[in-house]
Amino acid sequence: MARDIASVHLIRVLRSSTFRYAIIYMLVFGVSVAGVLGFVYWQTVRVIASQTDDTIQAEITGLAEQYRQFGLLGLVRIIRERSQAAPGRRGLYLLSDRNYNRIEGNLSSWPPIARGEPNTVDFLVATDTGDEAKPQVARARTFALPGGFYLLVGRDMTERTDFTKLMTDALIGGLILTSLLGIAGGVLMSRSLLARIEGINRTTEGILQGDMARRMPVRGNRDEFDRLATSLNAMLDQIDGLMTGMRGVADNIAHDLRSPISRLRSRLEFTLMSETDADGYRRAMEDAIREADGILATFNALLEIALAEAGAVRDRFSPIDLSALAADAGELYGPVAEEKGQSLTTEIEPGVTVPGNSHLLAQAAANLLDNAIKYTPEGGRILLRVQRDGDGAVLSIRDSGPGIPEEARGRVLDRFVRLDVSRSAPGAGLGLSLVSAVARLHKATLTLTDAAPGLHISLRFPQAGVSPAA
Amino acid sequence: MRILVIEDDTQAAQYLTKGLRESGFVVDHAPDGPQGLFLATSETYDAMIVDRMLPGMDGLLIVETIRRNGNHTPVLFLSAMGQVDDRVRGLRAGGDDYLTKPYAFTELLARLEALLRRGSAPAAAQTELQIGDLKMDLLSRSVTRSGRKIDLQQREFQILEYLMRHSGQVVTRTMLLENVWNYHFDPQTNVIDVHISRLRQKIDRDFDTPLLQTVRGAGYCLRAPD
Repeated sequence: MARDIASVHLIRVLRSSTFRYAIIYMLVFGVSVAGVLGFVYWQTVRVIASQTDDTIQAEITGLAEQYRQFGLLGLVRIIRERSQAAPGRRGLYLLSDRNYNRIEGNLSSWPPIARGEPNTVDFLVATDTGDEAKPQVARARTFALPGGFYLLVGRDMTERTDFTKLMTDALIGGLILTSLLGIAGGVLMSRSLLARIEGINRTTEGILQGDMARRMPVRGNRDEFDRLATSLNAMLDQIDGLMTGMRGVADNIAHDLRSPISRLRSRLEFTLMSETDADGYRRAMEDAIREADGILATFNALLEIALAEAGAVRDRFSPIDLSALAADAGELYGPVAEEKGQSLTTEIEPGVTVPGNSHLLAQAAANLLDNAIKYTPEGGRILLRVQRDGDGAVLSIRDSGPGIPEEARGRVLDRFVRLDVSRSAPGAGLGLSLVSAVARLHKATLTLTDAAPGLHISLRFPQAGVSPAA
Repeated sequence: MRILVIEDDTQAAQYLTKGLRESGFVVDHAPDGPQGLFLATSETYDAMIVDRMLPGMDGLLIVETIRRNGNHTPVLFLSAMGQVDDRVRGLRAGGDDYLTKPYAFTELLARLEALLRRGSAPAAAQTELQIGDLKMDLLSRSVTRSGRKIDLQQREFQILEYLMRHSGQVVTRTMLLENVWNYHFDPQTNVIDVHISRLRQKIDRDFDTPLLQTVRGAGYCLRAPD
């Protein structure tokens, strides 16, 4: 069983793309190593060969000098001396008569390949210098001397042979080592990468099976996998938020639209049972239409909130003149505030723009003013401000109404929440939740603070521009 | 006045045609896209009311098609697709107005009247509007009634201009919000009523005959006295 798992794991490693890349890399690396060694080999062999040729040439010059000074006897003597020198010397000498019979030298016989015209030849020779008489490659030049004598001067090429062997060994050893290290490295690398991908995979499967709370493992070393995991987690959080929001909407629709609809139904039913005259029916009809309008308004508000929360309109954001937008809203509500004996003042810095959706922003501003006017008592003051704030912009509304107790400030942003339990003021309790959704859509920060007395609501947009008109 | 209604929901179409006939229109009804397009191209109408999601063909396509053929009959889109984007798409396709379902019949009627008026008298370069003794000079942006100058704020001027251009017709609150403020949502408080009552103070209070009337359950109407 354990072996099965191990072999499955190994197969997965071998199939992984990381492993394939490691192998390809290893092959490329191996070819490069072989290439470099081959080049070194070729160059070195060339140098050795030319050195050998130089040495032979020097010997020949020396022997020729002896021959010129002392004749054949001198030549025989110097050949004997040199042949008997320390066995470390690798010089080869042979002087023979016209029938290639040895006269003097450290070669036992004239190599057959070197007979004929004087030439440079490579041949195999059994040196008698070492303990083991192994055939060695040697290189020599031959000369025909006056009187029918032949002379051979050469050097054995053990150095080159040794070097070749060294290089071949290095090449084979290097390739084997490269392969081993490459495969081992590939397996290790693939296993560690696979382990991380596997972690993400397992989490995804868990989420697919319904465990929405699971998140990708993050190691904290901020590498690519961590970044991937972090953005996947952010995406999951957003999806989770949207799903929670949708569930919330569904719950709220079920709860808060059901009651007015059932109220409407009862009223119609009751009218049908008890009213008899046209006037009564007329009143009931008017009531019913009013109730239906109310339901519709609630429904529309919910749709707008859903639209803002879905975030799809963000693709089509354009620069919105927040100053003009706030001024318009202030101007729309100014007379309403006056009617209630309140003073609505505006302090608007001109030409402040934010990227956004004008329809939703206008509605948010209108909702804020609507609320302020609704909850501020007669004679109260309302201040609407737009100002630049660092890189951003702030739209804020301050009223002198009763404010919102600190513990309830988070709650009022939820749908259908109305602190006024008697529900005497009109509205479905969706105004601030739309503002909150619009704020989130625009990545703006919505804060509710105590204006002592009253409420101070501010919407801070992270980035603002200047309208070209300003 | 002949009106073509292209609407696939039979019951909705029935209410609509009945209401329009009772208001004095001659109404043809097409229950799907191809029939609607056929009627729109073969007959002559004073206005069309077109649903968006129709079997066989999107209402947008019908309007685009007749517009390409040089037909300029005023078109009112009537659709359950009520986002601002849908409205923009409808107007771009050649619609003249866009009303979201569900709608109040009074609202539909008011908008239809406005469209018919616009169709019959294309907005010429008028420089002066006059209703009874109320005069508006569009160049100097001044308003007088019976020769007495009336001071209006900019927004009040815009409201009055809209009402004067649609004099004798019912103008709904939504029409004012859309055309004067360019707001496509319904503020919770009846803000328009407050603006109208201020305007009324300025143009009607000091005079014997009121020009600006409230039409119950529908909106307002600026009308010259008989």
